[in-house]
Amino acid sequence: MAVYAHSPHADLPPPKSTVGVVGWLKKNLFSTPVNSALTIVALTFLCWTIPRLIEWALINADWLGTTREDCSREGACWVFVAVRIKQFLFGFYPGSEYWRVVLSFSLVGFLVAWLLIEKTPRKGFVAFLTIFVYPVIAYILFYGGAFGLPVVETHRWGGLMLTLILATIGMFCALPIGIILALGRRSSMPIAKSVSIVFIEFWRGVPLITVLFMSSVMLPIFIPEEVNIDKLLRAIIGIIFFESAYMAEVVRGGLQAIPRGQYEAAEALGLSYWKTMLFIILPQALKLVIPGIVNTFNALFMDTTLVLIIGLFDFLAVMQSAFADPKWLGFSVEGYVFVALIYWIACFSMSRYSQYLERKLHTGH
Amino acid sequence: MTERQDAKQISTEVMVELRGVHKWYGDFHVLKDINLKVFKGERIIICGPSGCGKSTLIRCMNRLEEHQRGDIIVNGVTLDNDLKGIDQVRRNIGMVFQQFNLFPHLTVLENCCLAPIWVQKKPRREAEAIALKYLERVQIANQAAKFPGQLSGGQQQRVAIARSLCMSPSIMLFDEPTSALDPEMIKEVLDVMVDLANEGMTMLCVTHEMGFAKTVADRVLFMDAGEIIEENEPHAFFDNPLSERTKLFLSQIL
Ligand SMILES: Nc1ncnc2c1ncn2[C@@H]1O[C@H](COP(=O)(O)OP(=O)(O)OP(=O)(O)O)[C@@H](O)[C@H]1O
Ligand SMILES: [Mg+2]
Repeated sequence: MAVYAHSPHADLPPPKSTVGVVGWLKKNLFSTPVNSALTIVALTFLCWTIPRLIEWALINADWLGTTREDCSREGACWVFVAVRIKQFLFGFYPGSEYWRVVLSFSLVGFLVAWLLIEKTPRKGFVAFLTIFVYPVIAYILFYGGAFGLPVVETHRWGGLMLTLILATIGMFCALPIGIILALGRRSSMPIAKSVSIVFIEFWRGVPLITVLFMSSVMLPIFIPEEVNIDKLLRAIIGIIFFESAYMAEVVRGGLQAIPRGQYEAAEALGLSYWKTMLFIILPQALKLVIPGIVNTFNALFMDTTLVLIIGLFDFLAVMQSAFADPKWLGFSVEGYVFVALIYWIACFSMSRYSQYLERKLHTGH
Repeated sequence: MTERQDAKQISTEVMVELRGVHKWYGDFHVLKDINLKVFKGERIIICGPSGCGKSTLIRCMNRLEEHQRGDIIVNGVTLDNDLKGIDQVRRNIGMVFQQFNLFPHLTVLENCCLAPIWVQKKPRREAEAIALKYLERVQIANQAAKFPGQLSGGQQQRVAIARSLCMSPSIMLFDEPTSALDPEMIKEVLDVMVDLANEGMTMLCVTHEMGFAKTVADRVLFMDAGEIIEENEPHAFFDNPLSERTKLFLSQIL
């Protein structure tokens, strides 16, 4: 047996080479020879491309003007985008009615921000407004036909506005429907279970292009002529069903990860099936699959571009039609870069928010 | 542990009655002709080798498991497929699990308030007051704002007990409440259970904690292969087991 003399040891700072900039570089970029080589290759590549990109997009770019003669310099000509920006944003929506679109999007932006930002009061009431009142207001604003607002037919909707409408409605509907389908698929009731399975497997089995094509070409053949369902509405329904099938499988993955003990504890406390799901199971399951949900949302956002094959002019389609303008031939690079930038900003914001949400909801288990 | 208060009189009111209960998992006959009467205020310990059906037995009492033959009557309600009856029984029975089964996304206080608010329809303020009272009783009220993941096992199990008590049950079921705990935490949970027993709660407890059994139990049931083999007053049970199987089992756990 030995007894070690114990004298208090002063706290020492950690070794220099493990902290600070040098420590960070050493640990993350130059930890092994292979790692160092990769770092150097990557740096060279970045040094070679980034300055050129900046030069093209910013330094040598043309910003002001109205015609293609204003595109004199070497770099990008953003005049092309600037001149047609209204069309890119609003499609063929009449110029005098733009305020309706702006108002509608501002409203939903405000409501959603209210719900997403922490510590805003009366979230329940705002959620009620967003889910039940806002859609009516939005419909009246976009379509018109009430309160003296002139009707704007859906074939005049287009551009980023149409993309956002498709994506927003798609997300708002696909998540709840997906949750219901996932619960149905795991339910012990044979009818609910088989209906969910058939629905999910059907929609997962067909490509979205086919769905959209069927909705625009085949459906009118089968339903009587008097029933005239709007083309946009048909596309939206197609997107919702398609995406909710994917959402259902994402949510089901989360449901499967919840231990049986959680159900049992809830049951033993006397909670009903729906209350158990609402308060115990879904909050945990959805938290687990936030990355999957956001992934599906991102995919949905991109997938909306496919509506161009049934003749709806979404953001990308409007841009492509602008390339055909004889006055502006040869500016497709600028166009695509602009489109890519907008899509990237939207999707990147979504994933940042999801990361924030994951951190916030982490309760140490 | 506090000393057992012996002056207690067992009432003749039957809280739980099982008559000829059988249960199968598929082809596997897990409970065989179980007959049992639990009186108000009685503390019953159930023990037996692993896989003998102890958990299944007590889980049948609040219908977490369905039995196929015989009758289970809790507080005058016969358990069958009638959902209202099941609901009524579950409001009357609290259950504590080996793995605690706290809701990890809710704070300790929210864990305790959820059922009172959504099942008993109590106003939130009242539910919180009750929850704090019971958390106080299991000496964990100062942790009310924490999440279960931030507590030790013993603390979690005490929260789980408080959560059950918030529904003011008249019967408590414990399924090996201390088996998942480190030795130094077992005592803090058993102390809470002893207090509960001394207050006259009707308790059925699956456990192999002999000291606890001797302190609180009125009866010890020994199960093997789905049957109740032996039943006795705790001191007699542990000191003079009657059947060979009981002797074998006790020699293994001691
Ligand atoms: N859901 C189930 N399906 C099929 N068999 C099961 C199921 N649950 C338990 N069993 C079986 O039933 C038997 C009794 O299980 P039970 O959980 O009641 O045992 P136990 O006495 O509580 O054991 P332990 O001390 O290990 O907890 C075991 O043999 C087990 O394998
Ligand atoms: Mg067990």
